Amino acid sequence: MTDTPEYSPSRRRFLAGAAVATGAAATGTLVHAQAAGPDPLITELQPWQQYLGDGVDARPYGVPSRHEAHVVRRNVPWLTADSVSSVNFTPLHELEGIITPNGLCFERHHSGIADIAWGDHRLMINGLVDTQMVFTMDDLMRFPRENRVYFLECAANTGMEWRGAQLNGCQFTHGMIHNVVYTGVPLRLLLEEAGLKTSGTWLLAEGADASGMTRSIPIEKALDDCMIATHMNGERLRPEQGYPLRLVVPGWEGNMWVKWLRRLEIGDAPWHHREETSKYTDLLGDGQARRFTWEMDAKSVITNPSPQAPITHGPGPTVLTGVAWSGRGTIPRVDVTIDGGITWHQARMSGPSLDKSMHRFYYEFDWDGRPLLLQSRAHDSTGYVQPTKEQLRAVRGFNSIYHNNGIQTWAVNEAGEAENVEIG
Amino acid sequence: MSKSAKMMKTITLSTALVALGASLALAETPAPSREGGFGLGRAALPEEVAAWDIDIRPDGLGLPVGSGDVYTGEELYIDNCAACHGDFGEAVGRWPVLAGGYGTLDGEDPHKTIGSYWPYLSTVWDYVHRAMPYGAAQSLSDDDVYAITAYLMYLNDMVDDDFTLSNENFLEVPMDNQQAFFMDNRAETEYAVFIGEPCMTNCATSVSITARATVLSVTPETEGGAAAATPAVAEAAAPAATAVVEAAAPAGPDPALVAAGEGLFRQCASCHQIGEGAVNRTGPQLNNTFGAPVASHEGFRYSPALQQAGESGMIWTEETLTAFLLDPRGYIQGNRMAFRGLRSEEDAAAMVAYIRAAGGEAK
Repeated sequence: MTDTPEYSPSRRRFLAGAAVATGAAATGTLVHAQAAGPDPLITELQPWQQYLGDGVDARPYGVPSRHEAHVVRRNVPWLTADSVSSVNFTPLHELEGIITPNGLCFERHHSGIADIAWGDHRLMINGLVDTQMVFTMDDLMRFPRENRVYFLECAANTGMEWRGAQLNGCQFTHGMIHNVVYTGVPLRLLLEEAGLKTSGTWLLAEGADASGMTRSIPIEKALDDCMIATHMNGERLRPEQGYPLRLVVPGWEGNMWVKWLRRLEIGDAPWHHREETSKYTDLLGDGQARRFTWEMDAKSVITNPSPQAPITHGPGPTVLTGVAWSGRGTIPRVDVTIDGGITWHQARMSGPSLDKSMHRFYYEFDWDGRPLLLQSRAHDSTGYVQPTKEQLRAVRGFNSIYHNNGIQTWAVNEAGEAENVEIG
Repeated sequence: MSKSAKMMKTITLSTALVALGASLALAETPAPSREGGFGLGRAALPEEVAAWDIDIRPDGLGLPVGSGDVYTGEELYIDNCAACHGDFGEAVGRWPVLAGGYGTLDGEDPHKTIGSYWPYLSTVWDYVHRAMPYGAAQSLSDDDVYAITAYLMYLNDMVDDDFTLSNENFLEVPMDNQQAFFMDNRAETEYAVFIGEPCMTNCATSVSITARATVLSVTPETEGGAAAATPAVAEAAAPAATAVVEAAAPAGPDPALVAAGEGLFRQCASCHQIGEGAVNRTGPQLNNTFGAPVASHEGFRYSPALQQAGESGMIWTEETLTAFLLDPRGYIQGNRMAFRGLRSEEDAAAMVAYIRAAGGEAK
């Protein structure tokens, strides 16, 4: 992989020069690096300059550059019994902006990916409605639809970090999240079509996969901002994200966003099914358990530098970036520290600030080459400030698995390598 | 929230959105309702609702008429569940533990089982019925589900071995941990605390590292910098693909058939491994199977039915394997493979071709 610039010998030569130049810059005089010799990538004719590339239809459905083949979802095999009931993680450290590309959105399946044709899918509405109904996908495409950007975070994201620093990389510690623009029909319109009875206070959403995934949702949320999505980032849903139909439950835990959505039942009490009793309940230190912990609290993580994205350029100008989100609003502010929380700086927010969507932040600084302790702290539009892991543990203990939105720490050493740590 | 208060909130929100829209030029007009509906979709037929509406609620809503006893449940459990969950609900590997764990919930290592944690028995019935056995969902009869639920109660010391569970006595069963669950109270216990302007300068005098992830070394090893991971992935992928092709060549099966079989094998892969490094899991590994006697892999605990077939001299041939794959329960009665069978002769031919090509040919 000599074409990966960060690690090529000629690039290293440049970097050595850059380090010297930065030293000079610190004295107040701007001095740029001087090359030891001409760069062959400039002075020698390269194959791509000379020979013809592929024609227009070489990739009828485009894929990333082959030089980006390392940017993929990854899983942690020991976490689960089998890949059909497992999870993989979004490579946050490789991404910019706020939108997650469809092929990199993390996957969580309970019985593998259901393979359903658009024409074979049906959505049923039954229970406490005037008319129990069946819709085809083509029926659904005739309802008015909306476009909304929302994050989807698994309730167990960062769940492996309750007892201490465990996984070395933000992909693994924070990668059970993605943020895409959904196109879909407001759930309210479908419930109006079936005629919601006044006794209907709860909704059961059910998937068509072999796990028959079910979750109970209060009717207020269903009528407020839930939607049934057919498209993500402009194209139809990916199979692993519930093609052809997924429930969107903005700001609430990802497990409720039922994929391969086949049925909505209206009832007058919650169903207390497996995924809202045995799983996705938060066991506290005293043995009691919170249930129906739906909202995802404000959270942030520095994606670069991080264990999978070390600083490779030596001292000097350094771009720190990360993402933040809240299930209860927008993120007007993120604070960043590089000294383990002695001094905090307000990061620069960049890109659209949308309700219940991922936000991007930056903090640019001149690295002096000494070890760093990096943290970020999100503030959401309700005034809530992202707590430390210690603050969360004081309330919940160590066993709650879900909803860990504590502040993450990366330690960066003199070589620029980053590690997942806890500090005190 | 009262209805009028909620309406106020909606109005305020709409006003805010209009203001926001004016400054950011966002198109945020909600999709409109239509008075009387759109007239889309059709009425569901009663038999359609009956086919899909299988959910059970704690108050018994949805529970069908039926019953099953602990003894019947034990037999069904051993055949359908024990391969993953263990004979006594203790679990194999990282599959869920189903029994025991009493008194552990406030300790270092809580075991959240049906007995120790689950608040409602209806959850057990509903989940077993809708999603189990794994890979053959909804294949159990209502009475089977009652019986397996009764056995799971017995494993959790909730009932004696002469117990019969039915729709009649279902709601009489106490669940010990039901009172331990309470509604999300973060608004009171956390939101009030995690709010306000935090410290920005001189927030600590010194900071030191108290825990490190690298000490544990549990992160997948392909990591260590993006560039380092790239060649490793490429190298790992290439030889594996070559190996399959090479293995297929001498046997001479149709590559398209093998490829089709590989796709179908996804149905098997949660229990069976095949190829280099394959090991016994829920099901036996499948290397060196074709041409070998039935139930001949060492270290795998076969059902008595398969052991008997092997002892009687049955060999896995094109004919026997095809018949088995098409109707596992019918062809060798009493075996424990939780799979309904392949759908067609074509699929079976593809599967046999794939199994032979991928390492299943006996050496």
